[in-house]
Amino acid sequence: MEKWADNKAWFLVLPVFVVVAFSAIIPLMTVVNYSIQDIFGPGNAVFVGTEWFKQMLTDTRLHDALGRQFIFSGLVLLIEIPLGILIALAMPKKGWGASASLVTLAIPLLIPWNVIGTIWIIFTRPDIGLFGVGINSLNLLDVPFDHTARPSYAWATLMAMEVWHWTPLVALLCYAGLRAIPEAYFQAAKIDGASSWAVFHYIQLPKMRGVLTIAILLRWMDSFLIYAEPFALTGGGPGNSTTFLSIYLVKLATGQFDLGPAAAFSLIYFLIVLLFCFIFYQALLNVGKGEKTS
Amino acid sequence: MGLKIQNVSKVVGGETHLRQIDLVFETGSRNVLLGRTLSGKTSLLRIMAGLDRPTSGKIIIDGQDMTGVSVRKRSVAMVYQQFINYPSLSVYNNIASPLKIGGMPKKELDRRVRETAEMLHLEGMLDRIPAELSGGQQQRTAIARALVKEAQLLLLDEPLVNLDYKLREELRVDLQEIFRKRSAIVVYTTTEPSEALMLGGNVVVLDEGRVLQTGATAMVYQRPETLRAAEVFSDPPINALDSAVTHGGAVMGDNIPVPLTGHLGRLADGAYRFAFRSNHLWLSSQEDGDIAITGKVELAEINGSETFIYVHHGKSAFVVQQEGVHPFSMGNEITVFINPKHLFVYDTAGQLVAAPQATGPSNRRE
Repeated sequence: MEKWADNKAWFLVLPVFVVVAFSAIIPLMTVVNYSIQDIFGPGNAVFVGTEWFKQMLTDTRLHDALGRQFIFSGLVLLIEIPLGILIALAMPKKGWGASASLVTLAIPLLIPWNVIGTIWIIFTRPDIGLFGVGINSLNLLDVPFDHTARPSYAWATLMAMEVWHWTPLVALLCYAGLRAIPEAYFQAAKIDGASSWAVFHYIQLPKMRGVLTIAILLRWMDSFLIYAEPFALTGGGPGNSTTFLSIYLVKLATGQFDLGPAAAFSLIYFLIVLLFCFIFYQALLNVGKGEKTS
Repeated sequence: MGLKIQNVSKVVGGETHLRQIDLVFETGSRNVLLGRTLSGKTSLLRIMAGLDRPTSGKIIIDGQDMTGVSVRKRSVAMVYQQFINYPSLSVYNNIASPLKIGGMPKKELDRRVRETAEMLHLEGMLDRIPAELSGGQQQRTAIARALVKEAQLLLLDEPLVNLDYKLREELRVDLQEIFRKRSAIVVYTTTEPSEALMLGGNVVVLDEGRVLQTGATAMVYQRPETLRAAEVFSDPPINALDSAVTHGGAVMGDNIPVPLTGHLGRLADGAYRFAFRSNHLWLSSQEDGDIAITGKVELAEINGSETFIYVHHGKSAFVVQQEGVHPFSMGNEITVFINPKHLFVYDTAGQLVAAPQATGPSNRRE
């Protein structure tokens, strides 16, 4: 091929460079800038080095929020992934049943996040909510249900909200993965005389590896960054029981205007998410590969 | 003893896939189901395996009616077009899987797995998973899984289509060897006449869900009873020109006189279709008595080391198969030669009237 006379082709990369600069690099660098300065006002800032990082890393409220966050995201994965797989396995393969279940599953995904918060708050309200009034009329709980009454009530409501909202995504991804398996696999298993558990374990699950990797990564990241739901429900309460990382971060940044610590916190938060995505991805790439025979 | 298919039909959603099939496969026989796509080969295999129930008719195995019996209770093994293996299991465990379900003792299982792996040249890759293998090796694993069971009925549904040419040739040679040693009924489907001829045994020519002809593969190739069967059993499909016999002389296509000698000698007056395979056409006269056919080149297709020339002749068209690469321009006049001894004669309804003398091994390119 002939060599280009000049390097004009670089101009073609420019639009992407500009977009990425404004969407990612510049905002991130602003945060980095804040995280190493103490800002008193416009044009009045002092360089403080790694002080904010040290402060945030030893902040017990952050540790608590991080702990809650891990428990929450862990529970989300433990419930949503198996549940999503079960739903996908139970869905009809063709006909009107398939279309109907797909549409039904997609509904929660189409509703804006804060609307979901509102729906569930109304649904669980002890005075007018269907669930709240219903469960209290049964007199099963020693303290009447009210999501502000006990941390466990707030958590249960949040989990229900999260599972209702996002399990369909996992189910849809798994359904797509299952539908992509050629019919011949199931016939071959039938000829072998394999049980339905064996079909699931040795055919369906390995064939869903790709979509499950995506589902786990998406759900992990998303639940780790949860904000709208606890904010709408109790604003992080009762007490600090639903103060997850992002709630605490927003309190710090826009409530107390501690921009420096908040910026340091943001960067740490970002690194944690990145680290876990990497760990999950590596683990999922290697899981179930090559059961060696000796 | 063997497998008997009795008057089997299969209708799916108002569409007939199989029409009243009657076939017998003897134990230890090698059988090829030859037919184009959608001719019903796979439907028939699935019914034989017990994966599908026929709409009507019976499947009788060793004298027992097995029509409604589930595939799990039959002694069947099947190989598919796609490479079907358990994705997360090693090659060893893949091959072992049908035996494990049967609960075979470990020592015996290990011996059989290794023996089968060796037969298919998989010894070196027993620890790998299917995704780490080439397409040919994946299909070898699938075939090993089917063979290790030593099932009564071994079904192969176009097992070589998804492999490239070279691998296909290799595996085809291995398969012939493997089939020879089997005591099972082997049923192999293919769309390619050359593959059917190579595998030998018996052939069932299928077309639109109907059995056109059955018999020893070479015999059927030499005497296709109908023009349709001849078309299915020739690649490119056999050429046919409208012809007529009057007062002891014959005219083929666009007024080409054909001497009525040899097997053509006893033709009665009337309208016929003279048919000839593309590989019996030559670009120059080969021997005395060759007749010349002229036409216009419509297309010349170079395929590997062969050239297929599509020729327009009067109102019909035919294909010439020539070894070597021959460039032709579209629209040019062309003259090709054929010896009348290679002509098949069909009546206007497509029934065989006269076939060329079988020439045995001296027949070229078959």
